[in-house]
Amino acid sequence: MESPGSPTSSVSTEHTLPVIAPRAGDGAAVEPWVTHIGAESKSTRSTFRELWRAREIVLTLAWRDIKVRYKQTFIGIVWAVLQPFLTMVVFTIIFGKFANFPSQGLPYQVFVYSGLVPWTFFASALSMSAMSVVSNRSLVGKVYFPRLALPLAGVLVPAVDFVFAFGVFFGIVAWFGVAVQPTAPLALVFLFTLAVTAFGTGCTLATLNVRYRDVPYAIPFLIQTWLYLSPVIYATASLPEKWQWVFSLNPATFSITGFRWALTGTPAPSAQELGLGLTTLVVLLVSGLLVYRRFEARFADTI
Amino acid sequence: MVAIRAEGLSKRYVIGEYHAGYETLRESLTRGIRLVLRREHRAPHQEIWAIDDVSFEVAEGEIVGFIGRNGAGKSTLLKVLTRITAPTRGTAEIRGRVGSILEVGTGFHPELTGRENVFLNGSMLGMTRREVRARLPAIVEFSGVEKFIDTPVKRYSSGMYVRLAFAVAAHLDPEVLIIDEVLAVGDHEFQQRCMGRIEEIGRSGRTVLFVSHDMAAVARLCDRSYCLDGGRIILEGPSEEIVAKYLQMMSGAGAEAAWSDIETAPGSELVRLRSARVVDTSGAAVDAIDVRQPVGIELAFTVLRSGKPFFPKIKVTDERGAVAFNALDTHPRWHEPTEPSDYVATAWIPGNLLNEGQMSVDVALASIDAPKFHHHVNLSRLLTFHVQDAGEGDSAKGRFTGQLQGVVRPLLDWTLQRE
Repeated sequence: MESPGSPTSSVSTEHTLPVIAPRAGDGAAVEPWVTHIGAESKSTRSTFRELWRAREIVLTLAWRDIKVRYKQTFIGIVWAVLQPFLTMVVFTIIFGKFANFPSQGLPYQVFVYSGLVPWTFFASALSMSAMSVVSNRSLVGKVYFPRLALPLAGVLVPAVDFVFAFGVFFGIVAWFGVAVQPTAPLALVFLFTLAVTAFGTGCTLATLNVRYRDVPYAIPFLIQTWLYLSPVIYATASLPEKWQWVFSLNPATFSITGFRWALTGTPAPSAQELGLGLTTLVVLLVSGLLVYRRFEARFADTI
Repeated sequence: MVAIRAEGLSKRYVIGEYHAGYETLRESLTRGIRLVLRREHRAPHQEIWAIDDVSFEVAEGEIVGFIGRNGAGKSTLLKVLTRITAPTRGTAEIRGRVGSILEVGTGFHPELTGRENVFLNGSMLGMTRREVRARLPAIVEFSGVEKFIDTPVKRYSSGMYVRLAFAVAAHLDPEVLIIDEVLAVGDHEFQQRCMGRIEEIGRSGRTVLFVSHDMAAVARLCDRSYCLDGGRIILEGPSEEIVAKYLQMMSGAGAEAAWSDIETAPGSELVRLRSARVVDTSGAAVDAIDVRQPVGIELAFTVLRSGKPFFPKIKVTDERGAVAFNALDTHPRWHEPTEPSDYVATAWIPGNLLNEGQMSVDVALASIDAPKFHHHVNLSRLLTFHVQDAGEGDSAKGRFTGQLQGVVRPLLDWTLQRE
């Protein structure tokens, strides 16, 4: 397989990174704002500084997608709730009742819903950030802003859906008389690790997507497979012990287990799950950022 | 104080076997496998230098125009300056915050209301939300769509859409403003307002780079202009002068040019050019010539009085702006002052010299003012003609049917010895 930027690409430019770093003092600095344009490489620091300066663009892009989404769909917000809720009903019938999956002492409904809420967030965040560059191609070709704003906004958008779906969680818990644990706020930490995983993977996929239009077809398959490799409908504890390390490599494993633990008091993620999962998370994030930043300067030429 | 300094900016695009900008994974994989298994060479790809060694400086507060025909490289240059794409070579430095309008309504979303789009677009153009909020009343007023500001823009007429979009852009407040072709839209009255607004921005000490096909606008707005062709800067100077030269270049581009009135024909009080033509060996004017045939550049001129010795001179350039050659008549007859009379001089370009494609010809009547030329007449790109290959196998590319690179394509003598 070739890298997206191989010299045989149909329209491509030199294998060089651009220097696009406004070296400026913030705000009332004495030094004037100077933009350097060139074909040499740039320092990492400036890009992230620039991204910080462009944080409003990230928020604006996310705000636009949220607005448009709730305007265009007939039942708007209801979707955010209905989707995980109905999935919960289906999974409960199939896996909880027919297949009799163990649910760590919780009603299966509560067990699976506490997995589905973070999972749904993760799945949308992953697919939105993976599609973010291509679906904003008109912007990419016409205006400059730090390109990392696109997958970042893609991760932010599903957070709104999450809030609503999460609200319903408390209704379900109350219905089944399950006590919410005092550790509940820690669930947000595990939501964050899911967001980072989605962002890192999304960056890689978004870069590939610019060159290979197979990516949109691969995403649903990837998400579906990933769902079965994550402890949403089952608990990792019920898997054969010798295979657990494989599942631990998945950052969604410790995240979802941790999310459920924080809220309902089921067993916490093991040290192995945390260790291996966090390692993969870092690998996915770093490789995603490297790939994305390596090719972002050529998005406008290739897209 | 220099606001923009560009040095040798160049941008190369590679056009390969795929025309689209992307390919499917399958195509990449199969191509990769082919390369490995059959050691096939990579598909030959053609390079295009969309801009080629462009250098210029713009002082703070200057309004500078960029003109040139489609494909001359103006848009690529702006994309490089606005950092949408990185240059292949060269550097540029811009002092001050840069705002750019490469299209009207960048990022406008049809489902959102006018007001929402003002925020969205303003943010994309580099304004903070607070800045947009502060300028919202002015923007709405300028656009004249107050009544519909809370209506989704998909219900707007195209005129309303453009007015709102330009209104946002017009209220940008950067130190350097880069504008591409925005005035090509909207009704006349609104265009006038836009022009006025750009003038105002310019007068307030901001630096403006303005690209347009509207020559009148460029001449009026810009202090100075650059004309691009084939990715290079070919003309530079006061806008009115550059615009005039450019228009002459555009209208004159054909196989023939003639001036009926000797008083206004190009030249000096010594000599005036009456006409110039591209001719074949039979003396007929032609637009296209077979690559194997000689082609003549015929200059008819009138010597008004006997003065400084001069001679005819031509320069042939290919469609990408690369100079094929300069040629001057070196015959001793031009060593002495020419007697007043009408003359016709023809330069014969031999067959099998130029490559296929569009050629343009600069014609001149010049004297030598060592070490330079002194031009009595000098018309850039006055004539154009097309070199064609009939593909009969006896031209310089033999039985090859593709395009050979190079400005010239001579048919050489090859020798072969068996040892």
